[in-house]
Amino acid sequence: MATPADITRIEVEDFLFLEAEMLDEWRLKEWLALFTLDASYYVPATDLTPEASPATSLFYIADDRSRLESRVERLLKRTAHSEYPRSKTRHLVTNVRIRERGADSIFVSAAFAVYRTKDAVTDLYVGSNRYRMVFEDGALKIREKRCILDLDGLKPQGRISILL
Amino acid sequence: MAGQSLQDTIRVDTARNLYKVARRNFVAQEILEAERERIFDRCWLYLGHASEIPQPGDFLTRVVAGRPIVFSRDKDGALHALLNTCPHRGAQVVRERQGNAKSFQCFYHGWTFAQDGKLRGQPGKESYDADFNRDGDADMLPVPRFEIYRDFAFVSFDRGASSLPEYLAGAAEYLDILADQSEVGMVIVGGTQEYAIRANWKLLTENSIDGYHAATTHATYLDYLKGAAGNLAKVPFSGVGRDLGNGHAVVEYRAPWGRPVAQWIPLWGEDGKREIEGIHARLCERFGKERGDRIALNSRNLLIFPNLIINDVMAVTVRTFYPSAPDMMQVSAWAIAPSEESDWARKYRLFSFLEFLGPGGFATPDDVEALEQCQRGFQNLREAPWNDISKGMGREQPSFDDEIQMRAFWSSWHARINTPADTSGEG
Repeated sequence: MATPADITRIEVEDFLFLEAEMLDEWRLKEWLALFTLDASYYVPATDLTPEASPATSLFYIADDRSRLESRVERLLKRTAHSEYPRSKTRHLVTNVRIRERGADSIFVSAAFAVYRTKDAVTDLYVGSNRYRMVFEDGALKIREKRCILDLDGLKPQGRISILL
Repeated sequence: MAGQSLQDTIRVDTARNLYKVARRNFVAQEILEAERERIFDRCWLYLGHASEIPQPGDFLTRVVAGRPIVFSRDKDGALHALLNTCPHRGAQVVRERQGNAKSFQCFYHGWTFAQDGKLRGQPGKESYDADFNRDGDADMLPVPRFEIYRDFAFVSFDRGASSLPEYLAGAAEYLDILADQSEVGMVIVGGTQEYAIRANWKLLTENSIDGYHAATTHATYLDYLKGAAGNLAKVPFSGVGRDLGNGHAVVEYRAPWGRPVAQWIPLWGEDGKREIEGIHARLCERFGKERGDRIALNSRNLLIFPNLIINDVMAVTVRTFYPSAPDMMQVSAWAIAPSEESDWARKYRLFSFLEFLGPGGFATPDDVEALEQCQRGFQNLREAPWNDISKGMGREQPSFDDEIQMRAFWSSWHARINTPADTSGEG
């Protein structure tokens, strides 16, 4: 069983590729199960530093576990108009690096490119995902996912109605 | 300019209480050109908030009506709005988004300017006449008009524009209501939400002050509020829409969501209750019960014509937007808060903001979708040429979910768009 000390980059990549597959197939409840019960999901505004705090700065998204659950619930409704009919997405994950190994967690960075297509318009979201991951009952789980966009605002994407 | 095309832009039938807006107004290139000349080049436009550049030497750069502007504070603390172009050969002098500097240097040939735009020096000075800058024409130019109301800084590119308070008309009172929420000054919280919407800019003006669309467009947000325990006060939606003059308008209403200034919801707990009630009580002490209640308990969606929105709802957002094409707008939005509020209140304010507002919230993405769907629907305009904004037109006091706000905007828009530049009295 893997531990923070000996987990390999390939094992982490497999986990991130599975996460991407779940998102692209809209298996959102399964995706939610990849997160710990105290997890956070953050997308800072693009004029903030990557380490900014959502308690003192305006983000695009700053979900605790409860809001993240509500976000998933919302996205599965027909009344989530921005994503009904659903868009097509493709999450590409690359440049995966284990940056730190702690006693009970690892810190991982991965470059991402997410394509979203709806009504014949394709938008690209590009940036770096920073994960704090822990081991729960031998399984890797996400405690924090922070998406740092390499963009100047959401121009022309206009929204982050999908999960990055 | 085809004069004919600017005339049949709205149709008002007061006998039947009908108000129609031509969909062409959202689509036609010549309408956008008329708006640039007769609205954006003449009205007072929001530049920024004094709290964004608090220290001497602070500056930020921003685009207002297509012009790159430097908003700066000089060594004596005075605020300036400069055209961000070198008087020498045109390059943008300041290229950072924001910062603090003793002077600005154009990197092209090295001309240097003070924070108020005055030329400090240029390499090879001996090659110029001694009185080279006698008339100040080698200084960075200020915007033609620059005024501040309660820390909200506005510019106008029309030298002959009326004063800012005169322009603000009935909207000034609503800036007071916001500014009075702090005893030491409101502050823009760090972080800008910037996004583009593939829709005409006027659709966002309408949408931002529309009390009618929430039940269907924001069904999932309302589900969320109802679903989470303690997220709602026992307050039904009720209120009014008002025409504030000069195209400005507001909806002012009670709503069940929590307000950091100052309507408590059970989710915030007993400690939160003490804090929120303290804020409310202090407002009543400062302004009397009636006005104190109004500031604390009412929500307000305010439009300052043509494109400044200040929505004082479950948090406060300041939002402005410009067309880059008839079917594309560029939006910037900020959060504003009393600078003295507690860490707890600031955190809940920002979380409440994000639950509803902004391109990653539970509501704004559906507004973006609605606006883009309108723009697509307008492709039918030859056969289906008119929008309807008649709701509540026959009422003496229109409700918050009527459409008087849109009519106030469009009537002013129509008057301005039909006022050519040469009759504006500009010197």
